[in-house]
Amino acid sequence: MSAFSAIGEEREVAQDEFTPSIEPQPTWCPGCGDYGVLKALKGAMAELGKNPEEILLCTGIGCSGKLNSYFDSYGFHTIHGRSLPVARAAKLANDGVEVIAAGGDGDGYGIGGNHFIHTARENHDMTYIVFNNEVFGLTKGQTSPTSPKGHKSKTQPNGNAKTPIRPLSMSLTAGASYVARTAAVNPNQAKEIIKEAIQHDGFSHVDFLTQCPTWNKDAKQYVPYVDIQDSEDYDFDVHDRREAQEAMHETEDALYEGTVLTGRYFVDDERPSYQAEKRARGDMPEGSLAERYFEDGDWERSYDFIDRHA
Amino acid sequence: MTDDELIWRIAGGSGDGIDSTSQNFAKALMRSGLNVFTHRHYPSRIRGGHTYVEIRASSEDVTSRGDGYNFLVALGDSFARNPKENAYYGEEEVKPLAENLDELREGGVIVYDSGLLDTDEIENFDQRVEENDWHVYDVDLRGIAKEHGREIMRNTAGVGVTAALTGIDTSYVEDLMAEAMGGDILEANLNVLHDAYEHVQEEYDADAPDVTVPTGEHDEEQVLVSGSHGIAYGALDEGCRFIAGYPMTPWTDVFTILTNLMPDVGGISEQVEDEIAAAALAVGASHAGAKAMSGSSGGGFSLMSEPLGLAEMTETPLVLVESMRAGPSTGMPTKPEQADLEHVLYTSQGDSHRVVFAPSDPVECYEQTRKAFQIAYDYQIPVMVIYDQKLSGEHRNVPKSTFDEEPNPDLGSVLTEEELEDQPHGETGIYHRFQHEGEEGVSPRSIPGQKGGRYLATGNEHTPEGHISESPSNRKAQVDRRNEKLAAIRESLDADERQEVYGDESADYGIISWGSQSGTVLEAVERLNDDGHPVKGLSVSEMAPFPKELLSEFIESVDDVLVVEMSSTAQFHGVIQKNLGRYGEKLSSLLKYDGNPFEPAEIVEAVEEHGSGEELSSNTRFEAAAGGD
Repeated sequence: MSAFSAIGEEREVAQDEFTPSIEPQPTWCPGCGDYGVLKALKGAMAELGKNPEEILLCTGIGCSGKLNSYFDSYGFHTIHGRSLPVARAAKLANDGVEVIAAGGDGDGYGIGGNHFIHTARENHDMTYIVFNNEVFGLTKGQTSPTSPKGHKSKTQPNGNAKTPIRPLSMSLTAGASYVARTAAVNPNQAKEIIKEAIQHDGFSHVDFLTQCPTWNKDAKQYVPYVDIQDSEDYDFDVHDRREAQEAMHETEDALYEGTVLTGRYFVDDERPSYQAEKRARGDMPEGSLAERYFEDGDWERSYDFIDRHA
Repeated sequence: MTDDELIWRIAGGSGDGIDSTSQNFAKALMRSGLNVFTHRHYPSRIRGGHTYVEIRASSEDVTSRGDGYNFLVALGDSFARNPKENAYYGEEEVKPLAENLDELREGGVIVYDSGLLDTDEIENFDQRVEENDWHVYDVDLRGIAKEHGREIMRNTAGVGVTAALTGIDTSYVEDLMAEAMGGDILEANLNVLHDAYEHVQEEYDADAPDVTVPTGEHDEEQVLVSGSHGIAYGALDEGCRFIAGYPMTPWTDVFTILTNLMPDVGGISEQVEDEIAAAALAVGASHAGAKAMSGSSGGGFSLMSEPLGLAEMTETPLVLVESMRAGPSTGMPTKPEQADLEHVLYTSQGDSHRVVFAPSDPVECYEQTRKAFQIAYDYQIPVMVIYDQKLSGEHRNVPKSTFDEEPNPDLGSVLTEEELEDQPHGETGIYHRFQHEGEEGVSPRSIPGQKGGRYLATGNEHTPEGHISESPSNRKAQVDRRNEKLAAIRESLDADERQEVYGDESADYGIISWGSQSGTVLEAVERLNDDGHPVKGLSVSEMAPFPKELLSEFIESVDDVLVVEMSSTAQFHGVIQKNLGRYGEKLSSLLKYDGNPFEPAEIVEAVEEHGSGEELSSNTRFEAAAGGD
């Protein structure tokens, strides 16, 4: 019998189960896009039948990091930029747990950029949601890696001289095997995309446009948005890396020109996850590592290996 | 020469195969019944640059490198840059011979490769040989190697010459070669070995060797291990099955050993993008139910500061290894120092909340790493094992039975689903993971995937329910509880019986050392007592929570104390005073920070000259106690 009976439990899960009793009402500003992520995540998990105790939600620091306080599951509110290394190790150690990492654009594309690149490159079997509001919110409106060129803030008083980062292109180049962009203002698409991301076997990256009504007043509310899968103007194959790249590039440019393009950009179902790659090399146990600590059984000891070294 | 020990140095350039050759020779000496101790000196270079490994072998216990050496095999540096190429380092080729000479004992033996080296290039060579009564053997090691195999086999030829000159039985060396290689390579090496051996027997009077190698016998089977092996084995036997790291000298030693073992023990090793990630991965794996570790050396460990603090705040079990090298910054990558002590004790924001061990030898590395995992998982706290380049690379023989121990995969203060049912939960079922009350400050944890165990771990201050909170009363209760764990840990460590004080118990002069220098101090204390200077020594290996009682008892029992450490700012001296709040007038320091570990004679001299005002002859610095000279 598993020591982790919440994992894989077959039962109906209601969306309410993810609402905590301590602080059911988030402290995000009225109109904040973060509510959209919370709602989409709850909906996706309920529809997939994932219960709160088989989910580990790892967040970074910022308004997005509060997600943990409003989503009832196992949670790890880590440090700025470091949700990915914590999350991917948890997944390696305890294979059956559904691991989600979430953070802001500063968290994921700025301070944690190195982890983002390498987690995508390795194709860990997990989902990463980036709350992209093009600004630093919790620290009061400073320019972020996705702020438009020319963005003025207290830390960039003469306007941002940097061109914004390209999150989708970067993700694709780094090696993510599922890349999508959605927006808080498009709840149905958001929920569906998060469901797909969770079900995808490999690293799924969702760039989630979350409008900031407080610090990014000039910015669009990400309406109207276009779902590229539904639009006749955009026709490309999400399984084709080159076509995906072109669509991403266009989408990233369009955002700063006032056109909000969303949808699935790249899906690679062929590429094995990191877990599968490691197992194929004998670098990872077939079963769950964490489970072993609860089982009866013999453990290897150094004495049996000493002759190799000494 | 009648020394009762052999101190054999093989010197060449990086890339000349000195490491593996000396390793095999040390093992051969060990198998012949001797106690051995190796010391490795190498530059931060891939090819070329003066490198040597020293093997000290004796029938007595060996706890340190010796003073100087009595047998040199100088290969010369086959990758040397030379002055004609505007070499920055001067005439490199001859360095393995020239630079070692000052420390060669009177009556010592020099074997050099006449195929590569010319003693005319060394100033006053013949005169110095005569003055010091050195015995010189020029052998064309390169020629012998090339005749049977490849030039790199010069080192095997050097071993063959050594065996012929000392009467060592080559069968041990041959066995080890057969274990390490096969086919043509083995045959070539054996031919080189034998040819070199025979060459010396023919050329020189083999019946009257210059050096007699002591003989000894072991009561039980021995293995040759380093401190890095001790740490790796300790981790393995505690059920550590997850290691994350980034390569950095000298930490790479333990990372490599464990990485190679992990596939055979159902574990996972992750080489990751940087040390921030490495430590964060260990935190994540531990949180999710594995026994995990990470580690690094100075610069890499700096990057681990933030995840370390996260583990403290979230009470996630974590074991980190810090393998010190000379700093600051890149410093001297291949040279030891003990100057990361304060860094490890205090790094990361807020009050430190951690345990720090500093083992002194491979066996203690094993024992303390096991202890580190037990404490980390029982008390949900980060535990650091701090050692250095010296202990990382030096090999000694220890009884194989040392490691014949039961494994302990216990996850510590973790609840099962059944036990979770009896624990307090919130209205909708959140487990109260961070309860204010807990035995010895420990509130048991659950693991993701367990039914009835869900909670939020957060780097913010939090309530018993795991919810973020800035309430003053909750804050104080949580900080006090976390601190209570440290007091409980100190108490449990004090209950362990340990032999920390040695030498003459009635002496009124004491020497305190910590970590890797302890074996050298032990030898110095023995010598001082033999020479009529009553001295006792204390070796400290628990740095935090600080063993106040042990230290104050020792200091109270003597009039003068010399704190011996490899740091220029007397860090350990400062830590002692900070923790005890007094004794400034009793504590003086002997400091070394030139990149080389202490030799016993340097400590002996400092004690003998203590208070005399005489300048010390070695590259050490004496600092008098407060109010003294």
